[in-house]
Amino acid sequence: MEDEYLLSMEGISKQFPGVRALSNVKLHARKGSVHALMGENGAGKSTLMKCLIGIYAPDSGTITFKGEKLNITNTHYALSKGISMIHQELSPIPQMTVAENIYLGREPTTWGGLVDMRKMNRMARELLDRLHIKIKPTAKMHELSIANIQLAEIAKAVSYNSDLIIMDEPTSAITEAEVEGLFNIIRSLKAQGCAVIYISHKMDEIFKITDEVTVFRDGQYMGTDATADLTDAILIEKMVGRTLTDMFHKETTDMGSVFLDVQNISGKGFRNVSFQVKRGEILGVAGLMGAGRTELLEAVFGVTRSHRGSISVDGKAVKINSPADAIRSGMALLTEDRKLTGLYLNASVRENMFIANINSYMIGPFIDFGKIGKDCERMRSLMRIKTPSLLEIIRNLSGGNQQKVLISRWLLTEPDLLILDEPTRGIDVGAKSEIYRLMTEFVRSGKAIIMISSELPEVLGMSDRILVMHEGDKIGELSRAEATQEKILQMATGMSLTA
Amino acid sequence: MANPGVITANKTEKRQQMSHTISSLFSKYGIFLIFAVMILVASLLSPAFVSSTNLINIVRQMSIVGLIALGVTGIIVSAGIDLSSGSVVGLTAVVAASLAQSPDNSGAFYPGLHLPLIVPVLAACLVGALVGLINGTLVAKTRIPPFIATLGTYTAVRGAALLYTGGRPISDLTDEYNFIGQGDVFGLPVPIIILVVMAIVTHILYAHTKFGKYIYAIGGNEQAARVSGIDASRYKMLIYVYASFLAALAGLVVSSRIGSGQPGLGVGYELDAIAAAVIGGTSLSAGGIGTVAGTIVGALIIGVLNNTLDLMNVSAYWQQIIKGCIIVGAVIIDQLKNRGRK
Repeated sequence: MEDEYLLSMEGISKQFPGVRALSNVKLHARKGSVHALMGENGAGKSTLMKCLIGIYAPDSGTITFKGEKLNITNTHYALSKGISMIHQELSPIPQMTVAENIYLGREPTTWGGLVDMRKMNRMARELLDRLHIKIKPTAKMHELSIANIQLAEIAKAVSYNSDLIIMDEPTSAITEAEVEGLFNIIRSLKAQGCAVIYISHKMDEIFKITDEVTVFRDGQYMGTDATADLTDAILIEKMVGRTLTDMFHKETTDMGSVFLDVQNISGKGFRNVSFQVKRGEILGVAGLMGAGRTELLEAVFGVTRSHRGSISVDGKAVKINSPADAIRSGMALLTEDRKLTGLYLNASVRENMFIANINSYMIGPFIDFGKIGKDCERMRSLMRIKTPSLLEIIRNLSGGNQQKVLISRWLLTEPDLLILDEPTRGIDVGAKSEIYRLMTEFVRSGKAIIMISSELPEVLGMSDRILVMHEGDKIGELSRAEATQEKILQMATGMSLTA
Repeated sequence: MANPGVITANKTEKRQQMSHTISSLFSKYGIFLIFAVMILVASLLSPAFVSSTNLINIVRQMSIVGLIALGVTGIIVSAGIDLSSGSVVGLTAVVAASLAQSPDNSGAFYPGLHLPLIVPVLAACLVGALVGLINGTLVAKTRIPPFIATLGTYTAVRGAALLYTGGRPISDLTDEYNFIGQGDVFGLPVPIIILVVMAIVTHILYAHTKFGKYIYAIGGNEQAARVSGIDASRYKMLIYVYASFLAALAGLVVSSRIGSGQPGLGVGYELDAIAAAVIGGTSLSAGGIGTVAGTIVGALIIGVLNNTLDLMNVSAYWQQIIKGCIIVGAVIIDQLKNRGRK
């Protein structure tokens, strides 16, 4: 049996303070095949991979690679044995060039011992050309778009000529054309006999590119199957342990009066946009990246300046020059990038929750921690946040739970309008479904939601009305009844509907 | 719910690129531009400024802080800080001086001792490197914040210097030792030659060797450096050793310049060196940014400023206030440059 597999991980357990991340799990990967590792956030996928690459040391278990029992204690050793990884948390060194990042730790040198930049750039150029990635090797990492950073990371992992490449959510930031390019790379790696461990939340990718699927749930091994024997439904059931009958929990609610009325505003990245949101309504905002969706809503919320036009809330004209003004008018904004603009990563769950609402917990100059505790505890059970305690540092929570904490933060301010920018990016199906449930409950109580999303099923599933943007212009609106994936895409790409 | 039709592309790319071209030009050459303007203004304000004696004087004066700043630049690039360099100047100055006294001095620290010049020089370098090793070990192995670790050595090393000499200066040094700080070669003062040589060596070290690349990598994103298989602790340790070695050279220069090893030498130099690095574009807020050329110009800017204000008879008190403003101004510029960068 040892010979059959390139990689055998057996009986791996890993305990963190307060959390049993992995208990007695296994994983077997074959030569020349793509093995998917699935599970909700916090299921232990990334932890297992970090054990394999030498970032964590497992508490127990054995790792056999190419027939040899390995005790992997650091990344350098894993790389030298032929295991490389594309990390989920993109980890470039921003001030260095693409070539320097790719060959970091194995720079070619001249006979004098100096780094041979010319050779390094040439090697990078050849590598990127071979992978059909259009990036300049001499570009600095911080000049690249998120998609290109991810492509550079992919090139880096491939450049080690490893026997096993771990890809942890390699497509979270790249476009569909680029995903196709990545799949071509994966296919040629397979042909060379390389094994790939593929972690992704995107079902279509799993069915398109992988040969076998191993599922984890809450740190436990749930089984391995050939991808061909699986369907969406079976896979989701294995991952969440129950069938999700209605993912979106959509209800049609009674629309109330117009809450937010935006007329003819322009700003950086968008022009002359008007729209309304009614109480009880979810307005979806669709469009390609760069269509100006985030910019529009950030201007409405006062993060950036807008000019011309007018905004009224509940029928009264308001001036919004800062987020503080927007919050006073009853709005809340959940930002697109939770690490960059949302979380205080080193603070506790509790602190992250009450920070936006601190004024309502003041007794004179003192903070009423009793009331905070009560409110946060209520949110924790309402949102079903999985954390050992409210005092846990939020860095230690999974992405889905972090997102729920952020939503709780804004719910505590009791807003009338919740603006959600990519609310379910990078979180698993179970947590997604619960966020949809919360959105439905929120609008049922006569409040409004604006949701920016790049995931069309989510836009179609949750929105009462859909605003479509293209290159800074509002192209049009679709009602829930008339919206289809094709229509939205057509409008978002700027193709005329009537033609 | 399957097949999510994900739409992606990039929204911030255009915006970033536009602002990037402007800011990168400014961040690359801005400091040199400012320096050129300063020279111009200084020579207009005071004709004495452009005399070759005065210019050489400026460089000689900045050479001591310049040497320290070369090492401090590497440390700040690695996302660290070194507060101990001024104390290292003091300790290495007294150690070297004690081994370089005239043999016919009856009250000498080690009476009758006569050693070749290489001994005090090597001793100073070794002592410097040892302090650096302590700093580096504290920072890399115990994970104490560099500010705290070097605050400790800043205090302890100054204490060691005072303890070694009993608080007294060590004077009457040999002529060959004093040549380091006072001598000329081809009309150029030896301190300037040392600075130029070390600046070139340090530039090559930082910009063209693996060691240098790794210092920038660790400062830019230590986790990324580690997962690329780089032994970050080792390189962090080395940069502290190198920086303290440069501070030891500064200790040699300053003690031979005044012909006396005093335990109080170098007080406040660590902050002047940090100021030179920061004015020269080394970023305290984000690691991985800084160059040798920038730091040298930063040190020159401080030197030219002091000199011009001296020539214009501005009081020393005002000079300090102006210097403070310049340091803060440089950091504000640094932050503007890095704005929008992730």
